[in-house]
Amino acid sequence: MTVETEIEIMGQHLNERIKKIFGRSLHIREVDAGSCNGCEVEVNALSNPIYDIERFGLHIVASPRHADMLLVTGPVTRNMELALLKTYNATPEPKLVAAMGSCACNGGIFGNTYASGGGVDKFLPVDVYIPGCPPRPQAVIFGLMVALDKFDQKIKRMEVKA
Amino acid sequence: MNEHTDAVRKDFKSEILDENISGSETYFRVKEDAAVRICDQLYHRMDCALVSIFATDRRKKEGCFRIHYLFSSENQLQNDRVQTANGFIIIQIDIAENAPHFHSVTSRVPAANWYEREIQDMFGLIPVGHPDPRRLVNFEDWPPKSYPLRKDFDIRTKPERVKGEYTYRRVEGEGVYEILVGPVHAGVIEPGHFRFSVAGEPVLNLEIRHFYTHKGVEKLFENITLDKAVFLAERISGDNSVAHVVAFCQAVEKIAGVDIPPRARYVRTILMELERLYNHLGDIAGIATDVAYAFGAAHANLLKEEILQLNEIVTGSRLLRGMNTIGGVRRDIGDKKDIISQKLSAFRNDFRELMDLLFASPSVADRIETTGRIYNDIAKGLHVVGPAARASGIDRDTRRDHPYAAYPDLKFKVPVLKAGDVNARTRVRADEVYESIGIIEQALSRLPDGDIKISVKEIHDGYALGYTEAPRGETLYWVMIENNRIERCKVRDPSFCNWLAIEYAVLDNIVPDFPIINKSLSLSYSGNDM
Ligand code: SF4
Repeated sequence: MTVETEIEIMGQHLNERIKKIFGRSLHIREVDAGSCNGCEVEVNALSNPIYDIERFGLHIVASPRHADMLLVTGPVTRNMELALLKTYNATPEPKLVAAMGSCACNGGIFGNTYASGGGVDKFLPVDVYIPGCPPRPQAVIFGLMVALDKFDQKIKRMEVKA
Repeated sequence: MNEHTDAVRKDFKSEILDENISGSETYFRVKEDAAVRICDQLYHRMDCALVSIFATDRRKKEGCFRIHYLFSSENQLQNDRVQTANGFIIIQIDIAENAPHFHSVTSRVPAANWYEREIQDMFGLIPVGHPDPRRLVNFEDWPPKSYPLRKDFDIRTKPERVKGEYTYRRVEGEGVYEILVGPVHAGVIEPGHFRFSVAGEPVLNLEIRHFYTHKGVEKLFENITLDKAVFLAERISGDNSVAHVVAFCQAVEKIAGVDIPPRARYVRTILMELERLYNHLGDIAGIATDVAYAFGAAHANLLKEEILQLNEIVTGSRLLRGMNTIGGVRRDIGDKKDIISQKLSAFRNDFRELMDLLFASPSVADRIETTGRIYNDIAKGLHVVGPAARASGIDRDTRRDHPYAAYPDLKFKVPVLKAGDVNARTRVRADEVYESIGIIEQALSRLPDGDIKISVKEIHDGYALGYTEAPRGETLYWVMIENNRIERCKVRDPSFCNWLAIEYAVLDNIVPDFPIINKSLSLSYSGNDM
């Protein structure tokens, strides 16, 4: 299967779920919490004409205030910790957090040291983990699909509470 | 023969404590108070570039700290005569623990600025007379008297956050206001802080604040095995993985005294040029995006994706990771020869079409010509490297000046332009793309038979320098091995040199042009912050 057909199939699945849950599109804010920039290469690839995730209703936005989801890369460095928390707090509820890449999942090769925080879930509740160093674009799209199911559950829980 | 080392020997006879030559590296240990004069002479009179300054903690073995000033000595024309030189000159001084300071050379050699501040933060050695002695790597909440690269600092400690303040430069005057950007940006880019002082649209001053992504990489090297260190080197600046890992491996191979098989040298060269291709395409796409030339951006991103997919076919990794190892490469690419040449010849045509369109578009020209100028003297003073330097008239390229891998066997040109603006940087990259394709084609057609690696088991104690020309420019690793472990690994990413240039490049430009200038310099935050 070529990359194009792979993406086409995944994208349609994704689009259906997004329509069901959000009515329209999922807004994502990417936060680099100290990545090596390898993960950013792949996040950027998601917008190139091959993957073009916009057509499936995935939109990378400029501000956390417009976002439904934070896509966090990097092990959370000591110097990025505060900025990450501020970004999280600026994102409206209900929100999702996806940890993208080995670093974000558990610190990866940078581990837990004086400068590296050892993964996003040490600081924020994480909904999905997308492993890989960096994860291929296909893996990121798959991870987003998993995240959407979680979002569905989240909204239902909020409705029950209300 | 190296005229520069001869001159140092002659002029500073009584200051040199000892001398040590290994390969192309000449080490002079000198009296502490002579360092500034020698650096001054090397830099101003012999025109040697200061490529790094770093410290080592030798207290346990030799009872002192040591500072190393690393100069690159190359053939050059002076007074109508070519001086012959090829190598690196390292000036070393010893610093006693009870007198932890040294004389700053920054006011004489501006490129020393960040290195000296880095040493201050990481080793607690004070550069006396530094014009800007603020903290650099450690933030204001980092406690005093805690220095991560000292040997008695445990990598797992998590120092408490303390109250502190960082003062920015202030520009005052009627109608002057500040624009604060970052560390979290609007686009998908790495984190860093920019502070503009503007009057209306034009930028009066820009101050950058970095090291948000400081991950303790150099300390980490000292705490992991050599095998794992190879993977760490690939992850210092993710999109320059190959350039980093090859520089690291070359340093270790030099220490081990091994020559890798010719086939491995060629494979490494091909990988390094594939890396250059996708990086340059990404940069061109970024510039096209920021000048709102959407068609060009989409096209360039598509071409970049094609190389990423080719990378995956050839190596299994879109970012070419996991291929290099100490002693050579881990996988052969011989059976991929045809597909690489096929893809590249189509790629060359598409790329040419794209560049013809891009440079013919008046709206693009309008945004990139004369924008973000870096004048030659500024570029020289700050030791700007890579395409940014070559676009400002600096004719340097590690591949040619300090040849490694298969480059000595291959023919290629080093494009140099003078204007120093975004246009020149874009054109230098475009020309380099053609050269890269040419290099890969030559390397494929001459790919030698034989092994792809030799096993390197015991590595005796020693130190050496590894270097490559990354897509962003000169990348250096100084590695010291003791008991088969890394005692010290100094990494110098090209962005560490180039970041300061942006503060000059934006002056008198308008704020909306900042993103274009930034893209055209293609700076890595992670490689800078480490
Ligand atoms: S997971 Fe890998 S590619 Fe992503 S930031 Fe970490 S080291 Fe870089």
